[in-house]
Amino acid sequence: MGVEAIDRRSFLRVSAALGGGLALEIAVPGRAMAAAATPAELSAYVTIAADGVITITGKNPEIGQGIKTALAMLIAEELDADWARVRVVQADYDPARYPDQFAGGSLATPRNYLPMRQAGAAVRQMLLQAAATRGAVPLAELTTEPGLVVHAPSHRRWTYGELAAAAAHLPLPDPTRVPLKDPRKFRIVGTPQVGVDSAKVLRGEPLFGIDTRQPGQLYAVFESAPAHGGRLKSCDASAAEKAPGVVAVIPLKEAGGAYALVDGVAVVATNYWYAESARTLLKLEWDLSAAKGHSSEAYAAAAKALLDKGAGTSLRKDGDAQARLATASKVVSARYAYPFLAHAPLEPQNCTALYRDGALELWVPSQVPRQAVGMIETRLGIPAARITAHMTRIGGGFGRRLDNNFAVEAAAIAKALPGRPIQLIYSRADDLKRDFYRAAGWHAFQAGLDSGGRLTALTCHAVTFGTDGKPNRACEMDANNFPAGLLADLAYQQSLLPTTIPTGPLRAPRSNAHAWAFQSFLDEVALAAGKDLPQLMLELCAEDRIVGDHSDPAKALSAFSTTRARGVIQRVLADSRWASRPRSGPRALGFGFYFCHYGYFAEVADVTVEVGDYRVNQVWVAGDVGSQLVNPLGAEAQVRGAVIDGLAQAAAQAITFADGAPQQSGFDGFLLGRISATPPIAISWVPSPNPPTGLGEPALPPVIPALTNAIFAASGRRIRSLPIRA
Amino acid sequence: MPEMTAISLTVNGQARTLTATPDMPLLWALRQELGLAGPKFGCGAGLCGACTVQIDGQPARACQMPVGAVGTARITTIEGLQRDPLFERLRAAWLEIDVMQCGYCQAGQLLSAHALLKATPQPDAAQIDGAMEGNICRCATYPRIRAAIAKVAKEAGHGR
Ligand code: FES
Ligand code: FES
Repeated sequence: MGVEAIDRRSFLRVSAALGGGLALEIAVPGRAMAAAATPAELSAYVTIAADGVITITGKNPEIGQGIKTALAMLIAEELDADWARVRVVQADYDPARYPDQFAGGSLATPRNYLPMRQAGAAVRQMLLQAAATRGAVPLAELTTEPGLVVHAPSHRRWTYGELAAAAAHLPLPDPTRVPLKDPRKFRIVGTPQVGVDSAKVLRGEPLFGIDTRQPGQLYAVFESAPAHGGRLKSCDASAAEKAPGVVAVIPLKEAGGAYALVDGVAVVATNYWYAESARTLLKLEWDLSAAKGHSSEAYAAAAKALLDKGAGTSLRKDGDAQARLATASKVVSARYAYPFLAHAPLEPQNCTALYRDGALELWVPSQVPRQAVGMIETRLGIPAARITAHMTRIGGGFGRRLDNNFAVEAAAIAKALPGRPIQLIYSRADDLKRDFYRAAGWHAFQAGLDSGGRLTALTCHAVTFGTDGKPNRACEMDANNFPAGLLADLAYQQSLLPTTIPTGPLRAPRSNAHAWAFQSFLDEVALAAGKDLPQLMLELCAEDRIVGDHSDPAKALSAFSTTRARGVIQRVLADSRWASRPRSGPRALGFGFYFCHYGYFAEVADVTVEVGDYRVNQVWVAGDVGSQLVNPLGAEAQVRGAVIDGLAQAAAQAITFADGAPQQSGFDGFLLGRISATPPIAISWVPSPNPPTGLGEPALPPVIPALTNAIFAASGRRIRSLPIRA
Repeated sequence: MPEMTAISLTVNGQARTLTATPDMPLLWALRQELGLAGPKFGCGAGLCGACTVQIDGQPARACQMPVGAVGTARITTIEGLQRDPLFERLRAAWLEIDVMQCGYCQAGQLLSAHALLKATPQPDAAQIDGAMEGNICRCATYPRIRAAIAKVAKEAGHGR
């Protein structure tokens, strides 16, 4: 998985706050993605004011995963704060203070769980100490209640606000040694807490990037080539320039390609509508020769040829799978294919930018603003030191806003119109066109069974996209895909196709496709062996094993535990009454399991197949994300959202290309899940003595094979190509 | 080519005037000429419901309604519903059940839910789905949208 360095050391700094309170800086070790350990980075900033109000400044962008609420809950819990008096605010992008402002990869919870608690506990100790001095009483006689230090023998109490200034001057205790609460005594963490900004959203307050309004603001659209890889040959803007409300038409030159800036023409007007209307009057000539042949059908044909030829680059070779297959009593073979997908967050990409006196100010809904700023520096030559970025609330991420082409485009437009704030807004067609798609992929599997019906060998050859022998962004196949490490004879190979289509991570990257291909094929294998998939999974996981490097603490969480896998599998089988499921008729159950982003999820779908279509009656989910759910309301919402997302993806989503041009331009062609297709979703948590991990992603992958395996059980139709309703 | 002209609207009970081409969708007039942030842009094609407002109490897609065609009809956005008793009940249920994730679709969802319960105070499950089908939630908060609407309906039933 290429991750994970969760170092438990963190550091704190306490100082006196303006106005007589206490200020606390919490730093946790840096980006887990980095190869080497990076220094601790400021993660949160806490102040206790003299009036007792506690303000927690969260540094990470909020994309709807509830991180702002969850991290504040951890600090407040150990601080024994009064949650009603805790304010949570969003930090601006500020690399000098917060070098790693990032949302993605379900990493925030595992990285922050312990450091945030330790920070809260350390400050609580200081408040206790300050009260001991003030009241001239022994420390041991003091306790805390929400927001108060209490001396029970003398019935005296001090508010945190009263003590904060004095506490700020005390030595900071070693945060790794301060006593932490017994999680059974938690009264904030593990209890349902409503998202901290919800009330504002329901008042219609301008919180999102697209709601940014600056004095004199203009609105821009950016017309790029109809096909990926197209170049602008000529631009006649005379009609567009005369259209109502238009202020400027600005051709922009490619700089850095799809991930930064492509050729195109910006139309800037006093209202988005005028910009969007005038865009249709542009007379543009494109050179689309580089995009020629980059079509979904051509990719499928090329992938088929590669799979027919066999032999890709070896990703993993355990034992001798070929020899085993040659002597197997039964060989099962099948191929699977899945399409490109768009992210389509509901808030279209947008960014507001003001360029003035060589400095750039941005209001940017990004999952990783650091990358936006770096790209603007490299591609547009505006020094990072002269860029200020404000982080706005974000109307959905799903990985799309890890790439920041929209910010570079906005900056380029602003740079051409100094002194005028401009807001670039993507139409939905722009959003589906200038996306970084989940890559399409093709898999050929073979499995060998011995005479006793035991799985003895497995091979998988995956075709994905790459350049110069390296997979493109978020395209690579994971060499640890289950059942790697549990089977003596196993081989995974990969072949690469060239492409002009930009790819990127989509919620549960790679896993969202691989889970389906592998678990569908293993369902076929199980049936060929006269059993069912859960039975095969439990056999493969029968021994207590940890696959991967668990001695290295940096990698321990991404190692696969058969024990934890069995835990969720058995739980979902019990919940769904799998053993007594219907064996014939149009209604059936299907199963899927996957481990990714440190989370173990087993899911069962109950499906009825009727006249050429199907309906999902219910989904059961069993998940193991460690010992503790920080915010159960948020956790369930993430799981339900992931399941519904997965069902919608599998049902009907695809972006197809014809000569580099996407064929879907709106929500009529790219179909998102709607309320009527939403089944009841029952969730069971299987706690295990492991550090708590995140939930934005791992519940999604297994629901897709659960669905398609159920369709097979109900109808005999094996879905080997997505989407189902192609 | 359409010309800019002065247009009068009744928005959240107030008379407002703006200068725009009559073909401008109401959504862009509300958001960028009149400074309201509640109605959101999601698709511009009547397919997602993020822009839902009420026109004379009926839910409508503001991205599909030319501002020149609104005339004297009363436009209500989430900003204008804040003191409405039914909206207050919906908001309370929404917060208690913690419906929202990213929140971007939520104003549209509430406008549709409010119109539903105004017309049908005790909707059954199919009526709830039917009324909410046009409002996409990309974060898929649908189970809690159903639960919050059902809760408000149930409380109203008890109150009778
Ligand atoms: S923006 Fe109006 S329906 Fe989508
Ligand atoms: S809450 Fe994110 S789109 Fe509905």
